[in-house]
Amino acid sequence: MIDGLGRPQRILVVGASSDIAAAVVRALAARGGLDAALLTARRTTAVAELADELAAAGVVADVATWDATDDPEALVARAWADGDVDLVLVAVGALVDEDAIVDDPARLAGAFHTNLVGPATLALAAAARLRAQGHGVLVVLSSVAAVRPRASNLVYAAGKAGLDAFAQGLGDRLADDGVRVLVVRPGFVHTKMTEGLEPAPLATTPGRVAQDVVAAIAGRRSTAVWSPPAVRGLMAVLRVLPQGLYRRVSRGR
Amino acid sequence: MRRPVDPDEVVARLRQAPPRGVIARGQGRAYGDAAQNAGGEVLDLGACADVDLSRLADDGTIVAQAGATLDAIVRATVPRGFFIPVAPGTRQVSVGGAIAADVHGKDHHVRGTIAAHVTRLRIATPVGVREVGPADDLFAATCGGMGLTGVVLDATLKLLPIPSSHVVVDTDRGPGLDDVMAAMSEATDDRPYSVAWVDAMTRGAALGRGIVTRGRWARADEAAREPLDARSLPLPPALPVNLLSRPAAEAFGALWFAKAPRRRRDELQRLTSFFHPLDALRGWNVVYGPGGVVQYQFVVPLGAADVVRRVLEMLAVRRVPSALAVLKRFGPRRGGPLSFPIPGWTLAVDVPARTPGLAAVLDACDALVAEHGGRVYLAKDARLRRELLPVMYPELVTWRAVRAAHDPDGVLRSDLGRRLGLDGGER
Repeated sequence: MIDGLGRPQRILVVGASSDIAAAVVRALAARGGLDAALLTARRTTAVAELADELAAAGVVADVATWDATDDPEALVARAWADGDVDLVLVAVGALVDEDAIVDDPARLAGAFHTNLVGPATLALAAAARLRAQGHGVLVVLSSVAAVRPRASNLVYAAGKAGLDAFAQGLGDRLADDGVRVLVVRPGFVHTKMTEGLEPAPLATTPGRVAQDVVAAIAGRRSTAVWSPPAVRGLMAVLRVLPQGLYRRVSRGR
Repeated sequence: MRRPVDPDEVVARLRQAPPRGVIARGQGRAYGDAAQNAGGEVLDLGACADVDLSRLADDGTIVAQAGATLDAIVRATVPRGFFIPVAPGTRQVSVGGAIAADVHGKDHHVRGTIAAHVTRLRIATPVGVREVGPADDLFAATCGGMGLTGVVLDATLKLLPIPSSHVVVDTDRGPGLDDVMAAMSEATDDRPYSVAWVDAMTRGAALGRGIVTRGRWARADEAAREPLDARSLPLPPALPVNLLSRPAAEAFGALWFAKAPRRRRDELQRLTSFFHPLDALRGWNVVYGPGGVVQYQFVVPLGAADVVRRVLEMLAVRRVPSALAVLKRFGPRRGGPLSFPIPGWTLAVDVPARTPGLAAVLDACDALVAEHGGRVYLAKDARLRRELLPVMYPELVTWRAVRAAHDPDGVLRSDLGRRLGLDGGER
């Protein structure tokens, strides 16, 4: 159960090799009350260190390989085998080689699978279990990119936009079932994924995103997290800029 | 959530329980998740609220169905010269809930918990309806058992004959925790009720300063002009609108302390204002804002009184705002395996749930309490970590054995039970 201070006891983290996901897991463990975690990544070596850290902190940490093209039902069954799962974090997704995909349309489907179909299918599988147990939080890692695409990230942004809308709708569906969906929209975050890219305004760190996410979980009411909070205002403006102006502002980013 | 119309329906629901089980719910006054059952069934016992007063004049007992509130009982019995044998801080609790939490009052060192005044319980378990008395294992496991041993259908309670509906109260201000504890430790033969409001915001020499009130029933001649009456206070005491912030809580504490008489004797108070001051403020916990309130209540043995000081210090150091901290002293009577009181000092503190760092400081308090042989009150708990439960309640194994005998399939389930692993780890 998630306790009265918003601390989950058992969690499933899909895509735990993501810097943001790992930071969220560490922040949850630091608050105390975490008993067990199932961490997945495409290669378990990527989460071995995190699992060891958790074990040293007294958390029963299990790892599994999972990729966006794998069957979500088997993973979900494994997570729920020992009882209720209080929090599911879906952090599957990646920036893609936008130019390569534009030049080779056959690669588009794969990119959408990584950033939309895979995580959304997993979210659905988890949602069914959460609904049956009548409690829990589903955290879906989206992005400010979901708000408005630009030339340099059209494939990533489209995938995130789809996932974002799906997660919101799923949250509406589950609202009366005791389950909350929390959509996380970080701005530019300094991670392995963005290494070498020029930081956007209001760039932040995985640690700070994690703090915002943990606070939103504890808040018990939020359904969306913008990190940093100021990026919400920034995107609200960017979203309504006339196309010509927007193109100029986002050129080269 | 279902609302059974009679005990037969309760029994039927236990037989046809859904996969995630059943828990009974009274007035929902537990501070945490004791009467919740996510994905399962909750039985609201509010419609099973009959109170049978037919034997009251003969032997001072009543038979109350589990859904009857202590408030309803008091309104019916005070005019006849009887009061509830144990009075928790609010009357808005059900008989079933009071038994599940094995409630205590301001006179535990004289009268124990409510279980000491129940002569018979009728409980519906998944394997059948049982009538049990105080010598029965199931009785001991049910009083304090948080509803997880079965659903209480009705209870026979021995009431307290009272000479009037007023209490004679002595008030003393203690400038520090030692003074407060000394005042509460004084001989209490003629002042069976005692409680202290403690200022949770002060440090140094003034740490734990408080107002100790001790009372006894007024004799008929002392309260001659006042009729036996259980009406609520006409006006609530003034409270600041926002108690969330530290400055506000500090200011309130200073004012509340200063306003109390340094020493007053033989003041006549209505029983409602002495026993249930907070009932007069409907919805009083809105002052804690949208995050709500967390209450932390623990007891430590008399020899570990210093833990009370250290908890107050930890709360003050971590800047946790609280305007309500209540100190009581428990006596030697022990209850069942999950009954909260042990002989010692019990402190209950209300804090806003959204206080930064609250989880860590309360975890630290738990460790201190557990280390000194104390425990946290499950009826107030929303955040205790499960690994401390067997440490705080060493008779947990006994309790689980009784539960397993009467509920082998684990039909009685609650979110509290899941969170703390009360049922042995089933989730």
